[in-house]
Amino acid sequence: MSALAAKNVTVRLGAREIVRDASLTLNAGELVALVGPNGAGKTTLMRALAGLIPADGAIALDGHPLSSLKARERARAIAYLPQGHVFHWPMSVAAIVMLGRAPHADTFSSTTPDDRAAVARALAMTETEAFADRAVTTLSGGERARVALARALATQAPVLLADEPTAALDPRHQLTVMELLRQAARGGGAVLAIMHDLTLAARFADRVAVVDHGAIVADGDPAAAMSHERLAAVFGIESATVEIDNKRVPIAGRAI
Amino acid sequence: MKRRGFPIELALAALIVVLAILSLAVGPAGLSPRAAIAGLFSGDGPAGIIVRDIRLPRTLLAALIGATLGLSGAALQGLLRNPLAEPALFGAPQAAAAAAALVIAFGFAPVTSFAVPVAAILGATLSIAALVAVAGRRASLTVTLLAGLALASFAGAATALILNLAPNPFIALEIAFWLLGSLEDRSRDHLVIAAPFMLASWIVLATQARAFRALTLGEDAAASLGIDVARTRMLVVIGVAVGVGAAVAVAGAVGFVGLVAPHLVRRASGSDPARLVLPSALAGAALVLAADIAVRLGPSAVEIKLGVVTALIGVPIFLSMIFRERRLLEEGAS
Repeated sequence: MSALAAKNVTVRLGAREIVRDASLTLNAGELVALVGPNGAGKTTLMRALAGLIPADGAIALDGHPLSSLKARERARAIAYLPQGHVFHWPMSVAAIVMLGRAPHADTFSSTTPDDRAAVARALAMTETEAFADRAVTTLSGGERARVALARALATQAPVLLADEPTAALDPRHQLTVMELLRQAARGGGAVLAIMHDLTLAARFADRVAVVDHGAIVADGDPAAAMSHERLAAVFGIESATVEIDNKRVPIAGRAI
Repeated sequence: MKRRGFPIELALAALIVVLAILSLAVGPAGLSPRAAIAGLFSGDGPAGIIVRDIRLPRTLLAALIGATLGLSGAALQGLLRNPLAEPALFGAPQAAAAAAALVIAFGFAPVTSFAVPVAAILGATLSIAALVAVAGRRASLTVTLLAGLALASFAGAATALILNLAPNPFIALEIAFWLLGSLEDRSRDHLVIAAPFMLASWIVLATQARAFRALTLGEDAAASLGIDVARTRMLVVIGVAVGVGAAVAVAGAVGFVGLVAPHLVRRASGSDPARLVLPSALAGAALVLAADIAVRLGPSAVEIKLGVVTALIGVPIFLSMIFRERRLLEEGAS
């Protein structure tokens, strides 16, 4: 059974249909990239999948309707990393990452050994241990992005939804973050990541879903989903193909 | 997450005890702290009457109101993720005062009836709900402050209108003084009227501490962690309005405590908006107790108004905070 399954999902904000009739399944052990032009509806679709906004259609978590779950049950099952990596207060990195354990805490308990182990693991995976005691607002953009990811990983949820997890990262950290997401999937997680770097998406994702004008226009093997024709139609770009690690990956050429 | 050093909560609690004893001792009939404590516990003789019947209600009110305002500031800041959030900047006390003044001026109710705090709470609810609605999901600093300015001005105009139209000039004068904020001549009746509302507001606001911590990641991430953000927003609006409304109903407008108290203890709380809640309440209590002692030590025959003292302390701190945050303001971001 798929970990998270969306069927014919439509999301309206006001009178506008932002997501139209989108169907997408996420299976355990799979890293899926969600690509599409700015304003295509990727973030809105992801927020609906995370249960944060009402949507028409059916979204099921392990076969149960998402809307039937209590907020905390949902929070334990789905970790969501919004874009922008916002931190409003200069809290320590360790305290921020510990927030990922909030869905596991009950009202009166303090942190458990499980919580501390999960936080330590998330800090280690994202190479953020070195600044665990620093105020998060003093970090560089790339460091903040990794702390934000560490927070989401610390929940150890079976489903991880990450909105542009590699934005603001230098090439090396883009690779480490993609590696991390793949690792999370190999460990049995179902991972969906919104990406703008098509090359990275093709290299790391098991599947790529392409969103255009609120609809999913392709979903499948990266090379097939991101064919030259489709990239031209959806993004308005000419693209070339190169081979890396025995994979055919697209590279944006020029705007059409 | 390790805690370092002496717990700030204990230090503040000790400070409050010292200030409370001083508050019982200071007044036209000067008592030594020792005599004040003796009077409090034995209740014998003039010292007992002065301390128990006249000064104790005032001291307790100062502590309760201070704690309420400190807690309200911490809660609004946690909700709006903004260190400049403070009930007075959003016109909550002004709106509460306008509603209470309306009730008093037109003789709907005597000053010590429950109608006054209820009216004040309704006024505060309107202004805070309007503010939270205007500030919206993104809670941008600039928009929030501008909306607060507009609401405070509107409430001020409403109060002026009530003073204009008050049927009796003596009542108008009384309201004008009350608006400045004071704990002079407050009795057990005032305590009985206001305390239940303030305690209720503490309970409501304290339950939202964890939500404030999660909100540091923004509303979407907090919601994804299982926080019901809409519920938190509503409870904070109600909790702050009930607490501030009750405080204003008995003491008039005492501003800036909600700004200064969290500011003083933020660093010691690791900037964690959940851990900030209790120290903020304690710091608020200490601040108002100290300010209320200060107004009685002045050289003049009449007491300086409490609200004047808190504003004189609070506004410079507020300006210095704006100065530090000005780059954010100029960018129009939050």
